[in-house]
Parts: sequence; C-alpha cells; structure tokens
Amino acid sequence: MQHLYDLLIAPFVDFAFMRRALAGCLALSLGSGPIGLFLVMRRMSLMGDAMSHAVLPGAAVGFMLAGLSLPAMSLGGFVAGVLVAVLAGLATRFSSIKEDASFAAFYLLSLAIGVLLVSKSGSNVDLMHILFGSVLAVDDAALYLVSGVASVTLICLAFIYRPMLLESLDPVFLRSVGARGGLWHMAFLMLVVLNLVSGFQALGTLMAVGLMMLPAITARLWSESVEGMLVMAVSVAFVSGMAGLLLSYHFELPSGPAIILVAGLFYLFSLLFAPAGGALPRYIRARHFES
Amino acid sequence: MTVILDNLTVSYQRHPAVHHVSGSFVAGDATAIFGPNGAGKSTLLKAMIGALTPDSGQARLEGFARQDIAYLPQQSEIDRSLPVSVLDLVASGLWHRTGPFGKVGRAGLGQAMDALEQVGLADFAPRAISALSSGQFQRVLFARILLQDARLILLDEPFTAMDAKTTFDLLELVRRWKEEGRTIIAVLHDYEQVRAYFPHTLLLAREVVAWGRTEQVLTDANLKRAVDTAAHWQDRAAVCRVDGVNV
Repeated sequence: MQHLYDLLIAPFVDFAFMRRALAGCLALSLGSGPIGLFLVMRRMSLMGDAMSHAVLPGAAVGFMLAGLSLPAMSLGGFVAGVLVAVLAGLATRFSSIKEDASFAAFYLLSLAIGVLLVSKSGSNVDLMHILFGSVLAVDDAALYLVSGVASVTLICLAFIYRPMLLESLDPVFLRSVGARGGLWHMAFLMLVVLNLVSGFQALGTLMAVGLMMLPAITARLWSESVEGMLVMAVSVAFVSGMAGLLLSYHFELPSGPAIILVAGLFYLFSLLFAPAGGALPRYIRARHFES
Repeated sequence: MTVILDNLTVSYQRHPAVHHVSGSFVAGDATAIFGPNGAGKSTLLKAMIGALTPDSGQARLEGFARQDIAYLPQQSEIDRSLPVSVLDLVASGLWHRTGPFGKVGRAGLGQAMDALEQVGLADFAPRAISALSSGQFQRVLFARILLQDARLILLDEPFTAMDAKTTFDLLELVRRWKEEGRTIIAVLHDYEQVRAYFPHTLLLAREVVAWGRTEQVLTDANLKRAVDTAAHWQDRAAVCRVDGVNV
C-alpha cells in the first residue's frame, strides 16, 4: 500500500510543480478532448496536425518581440493559426481546391516562415521549447491560460454543438433551414487553434495535437453515442496526462512524449479490444455469424 | 403563394447545369421534376432553397417563409457514420422552433416520436442512424419532414433504391400532403410514380423541355427531345449573347 502511495500519489503531494502540471493536464484534457472528438467526427483528424504547424511562426514572432513570454507567444500563435484557417477557408470557398488541400498549402507556407524566423532569431533550445514544451515548467500564468481556454472551449462547444453536428451530418438540410454552416465551421476552427496554443506551453506545438487526437480516436472505439465519446475522450486524455507525468517523474523522461505515448498505448489497446469498433470484437462477431 | 423561377441559370465552374429556366409551380399541388441524369434537377432544388447561388435570374418563393420550406436531401449527401440517434435526427426537424441553441423539450420529443410512428419506425427511436437500412433511413427523413410541418416540400430523388413497400408507404405520405394542400416538388425517375401521384411535371434537360399537366408533358415526343438534348451535352454549352435569350 505504502509502495503504491509512493508510486502514484507522493510525487503530487510532495512537489508543487507536479500538482501544477496535473492541474494543467486536467484543463488541457477538458478542452482538447472534445475538440479532438469533433475533428474526428468531421473527418478532419489531420487538420489538428496542420494547424499545430501553422501556429509556429506566430509563436516565433512573439518570441522575437518579447522573449520567452507566454502571453506574447500565445497571442502570436493564435493570430498565425487563425490567419491560416481564414486564408485556407477563403481559398476553399473561392477556388476549386478542396479544404484539406488548402490547409496543407497554407500551413506549409506558415511552417516554413516559422522555421526561418526561429533559426534566424533564437537558439536551438528555444526551438526545442516551442516544439516540445515542458509541462513540468507550467507556471501560474500558463495555468490560467490553459484553464481559461478550457472554459471558453466548453462554453462555446455547448453553443455550437447542434449546428456543428448537423453541418457534419446533413449540410444541405442546414442550409435549407437558413442556417449558415460556414460560420459554425469557422468558430470551431478558432477553438482548435485556441486549444493548440494553450497546449503548446505544456506539451509543445507538436505534442499538443497528440493529446487532442489520440484520446478522441480512442473514444470512438469505445462508445456509440456522442455523450459517451466525450466522457471517454476527456478521461483518456486526463489519465494519460497523469500516467505520463508519473512516468516522466520516476524515470526522468521528457513529460510531453511520455504523456502522448501513454495515450498512444490506450489507443493501441483499444484498437484491438474496444467493444464499439475494436478489431477483435468485430472478428469474433463475424465468426459468430458464420457458424 | 407561388414558386416562380425567373430566368434561372446555375452553373458549376461556368458549365451551366440549369440554363435560363422560367416558369411557376402550381401551389397546393404536386409537381414532379423529370429528366435524364445531369439535367439539373437536383441543382434546381438546391438553388430554390438557397444552397446554390444562381449566376443569373432567381427562384422566388413568394408567400413562403424559411420555416414553410422542408427539403429532403439525397441520401448520399448525408454522413450516416456519425453517432446520432434516430430520434435526435428527426428532432432536428424542429429547428425553426429551437434554433441552434433552444431546447427541444419533452413536447418536441413527443412530436418526434409521433412522426416516427407515422412512418412505422417507433421502435427505432434510440438506434444509431448507422444501424438503419437505406429504406428505413428514408422513412426517418420523411418523419423529419412531418415534424417540419412545412407548406412547401422539396424532395430530391426520394424513392431511388427504395423497395416497393417503402416507396408505396412514402408515396401515400405524399398523397396525404397533397390533400392537406401542401405544395410538393419532387425529383423523380419513375414514369409510373409520376403519372400516378403527380398531376404536374417539369421535364428538364438543363432547359425546360415541357412544363404543365403530366399527361401533356410526358409524351413520347417530349421525352425523346429531352434525351436528344442530353446526348449533345458533350459539346460546349451555347454561348448566350444576350442574357436571357438563347441564340
């Protein structure tokens, strides 16, 4: 019993930075989990990845102007992300290019600018920090940002839930009742950017996508209702965060990849065994119908 | 209360799909839109609900407000992999009362159940829409139209790939709507269905081939003309020198 306490509880009791990191993970899970789920349902799973790259030049500009300052880098990242989303949206609307291709084009442009800026102005250490973050270095300001973003995300999602689901499901019907599908889509993309920005201090721009997508994809394998998936996505994200932190503490691993790897293990396990879409349950059911 | 098409042209990347169509639908009755593939039938419906913007001309739904219009999309335009229950999908027919945020409420869900009962799927309310056959799903979409209680009903290929029983049941709903004085406009491919249930027909081949009483429109000569027009679509569409005049 004492051993389990030392393993699972003591690190959080003994160290404030671990508690802060855990609180950060909870807030991140509450915001990113649901956003990831909507990305999966709207068949935009790779969009999160694209947007995370798009955020980079903004964060770099923020860094150049204000140093390693969270508000500046976050604001820069948000502006860059929204700019890419708006430009890609306009390109989709006014040309024959499909949305995924437009996003690919604009995020690559953005990424190239970002790498250029970082390599001209910062050291490799800074670049590593922007790309990979450090949840163990989360300070009060970052915690406010992450929990503020999570709150805004949940409130906004509650408002745009119905039109957004209908827009994925049956876009022409939504048009026929006079609702503008594109408006909700744009609001949603802003939430995606917001959550990536909030994740990058803790996990870095690259790993933030992991906590967004892996729990969401895992959730789809476990439940057949949106409510069930939401609960599952948030839970998997938070448990991954906690387990990742502990792994990183006990084995001196970088926290970001540790968290994402735990989420990845959840995913691999679910891929095989999850009841609502896993490979083995499906295989067994197929066999059953055969006999 | 009329639906008027005024010199309507809609195109995809400058290739017109609906070309200078003018005329009006008879209010309070059922009109079929009939024509070969690629004739612009679905495009016409989408332009009427405002989902496509016309290049020129307009579709005027005079006397119909937004909430008076119900639209049945083609099934291929609906993503049925999403985890939505049958009851929730039907309840989306209450959009005009709930809007994006409003509560559906117990009364609303009761009405949705009632509509499901009328299409014979009351037991399916809690099921996921991905678990339905295409015939059952079409019944669900008709239940949503029942809930919308609209005076103008637009149906895009409602009976394509439906079995005889489903088609019959849903056509009976159309007959009922007609008796209730609603205006119905449906894209159809079955000659017999049109003759049996739709007193008026618009025969479309990008342009109006004929428009009027079904028995006067669906003549051999007109149908041949529609097919012949379709056969020449490989060529570039004629350039209109003066807007509204075919030269």
